[in-house]
Amino acid sequence: MNPITNPESTTNWYLFLSCLLFSIGVMGVLFRKNALIILMCIELMLNAVNLLLVSFSAYTGNTDGQTFVFFIMVVAAAEVAVGLALMVSIYRNIGSIDIQSLNKLKW
Amino acid sequence: MNTLIYTSVLGFGLMVLEVLKLRKWISPVLILGLSLIFGINIHDWNQPGSYMGNMLETSNFTVAFNALAIFITLLIAMLASEYYADEAHHISDYMTIMTFVLCGAQMMLGYANLVLFFIGIETLSISLYALSGSKRFDAKSNEAGFKYFLMGSFASGFLLFGIALIYGATQSFDLNSLGDYANGTEVSPMFLTGLLLVLFALFFKVSAAPFHFWAPDVYEGAPSIITAFMSTLVKVVGFAAFYKFLHVFGYLIPIKFEWLIILVAIVSLFTGNLSALAQENFKRLMAYSGISHAGYLLIGLVGAAAFPSTAILYYGIGYALSTIAAFSIAMAVFKSTGSETISAFNGLGKKNPILAACLTSTMLSLAGIPPFAGFFGKFYIFSEALQNGHFYLVLIGIISSMIGIYYYMKVVIAMYAKPANETKIEISLTNQLVMWLCLIVSLLIGIMPSMITSLF
Repeated sequence: MNPITNPESTTNWYLFLSCLLFSIGVMGVLFRKNALIILMCIELMLNAVNLLLVSFSAYTGNTDGQTFVFFIMVVAAAEVAVGLALMVSIYRNIGSIDIQSLNKLKW
Repeated sequence: MNTLIYTSVLGFGLMVLEVLKLRKWISPVLILGLSLIFGINIHDWNQPGSYMGNMLETSNFTVAFNALAIFITLLIAMLASEYYADEAHHISDYMTIMTFVLCGAQMMLGYANLVLFFIGIETLSISLYALSGSKRFDAKSNEAGFKYFLMGSFASGFLLFGIALIYGATQSFDLNSLGDYANGTEVSPMFLTGLLLVLFALFFKVSAAPFHFWAPDVYEGAPSIITAFMSTLVKVVGFAAFYKFLHVFGYLIPIKFEWLIILVAIVSLFTGNLSALAQENFKRLMAYSGISHAGYLLIGLVGAAAFPSTAILYYGIGYALSTIAAFSIAMAVFKSTGSETISAFNGLGKKNPILAACLTSTMLSLAGIPPFAGFFGKFYIFSEALQNGHFYLVLIGIISSMIGIYYYMKVVIAMYAKPANETKIEISLTNQLVMWLCLIVSLLIGIMPSMITSLF
């Protein structure tokens, strides 16, 4: 039997794996200080979701989930483009991409 | 459906105008185009339909909120043509991205499928990340854009995870089949977890406390015109999308998550109103005021399954018009004085009595004092909550709006009781036009609320 379409043995593991990847991404966003690493962790969160969608999709034989993954990839690419552009302009103005140097706005 | 296509075409058209070196036509074309799209949108009234394989739907709900979103964008475009007058070489960028924000908003209003919902939220948000950081040489604007970007994409990660779990439980993104599933006999815990995560992301988008931490920073750092745009369009559209989301699931969300929405509403009311008391910066004050208005709107969402969306629509119109009118005056004051604090308004009552009277009326409307639209908005929302039997929510709402009066009055007191400084306040014709338009419409719906409330 195809290992991906065999429900009992694998889907749970894919679910655990994507939850683990998502949690690693969340922890990275919360605890890392470098903006670039935070950006990578956000990408990790999105890719964990992609994995989850694809495994659900393979499990049920419904292709909607796989199609959605393409949309997520496109959106993630657009997001990274804007994020990196903002990061470049921050680096030009402040000379650092440590998020602790972003402290001009507070009360 | 047609409005979405025409809006996208308008956005591309503006870029083409830049390429053809017809720069001075960009603002007129945008304003004219948005007016036309407003008319096309109204034409869809009472013509429900679903398009693109049931991705997007048109109903009177979407037409009404689309009309509001297009009107807000139109007003902001008029203000922007004035605001960006000194930056003519970048005007196509700003105007195009603003048009795409409207595209995202229309997708969020018309979605019949969670895929389109996600794409709408992201189109709106990514455009706004870029706009908030659009003052490239201003470290504050960069910081605002980047903070918004980080927290926004963090929230969309949770939104996606929620959608994926919902998909896992139901094998569908389509709202109708999700609604059927939710009203069925058995609902899996995976589905409920997914709903909870999507709710968190929506709370974030409408900046309800405790998911509001981005809002004050982003509102303060972003260019004033973008702050006005964000605080009105995103809030109104976010709540419309929220209403639609809650409405789909019928009584499932009220039963399972009503406590959560009530809790977030109460926390937003108090966080917004109490934090606003301490603010000296006008834009930051408006951010906290926006958080408290999110609280009032959430009270309106508590019974969303049972009520039509007219109370939300009415409140949204009142809030959006008052905020845009306030910003059209404030932007003129900021430009003349070079300061964005409340003390910039000192002595405006002596220097320019008409402007001061108009700003006072917008502040009274936001605070919810009778003859203005803001009062009736609160009135409808509270009366729905009373019909639902949430007496304590209404009590909390009234107490917090009394706190609210204090900080709105701080601006009024600065205008009338503080000594004037020497700077002369000049307000351009466009800003005056937008201000009067907002005030007249908001007074009109304040006098005749049935115009909106009997819509559907």
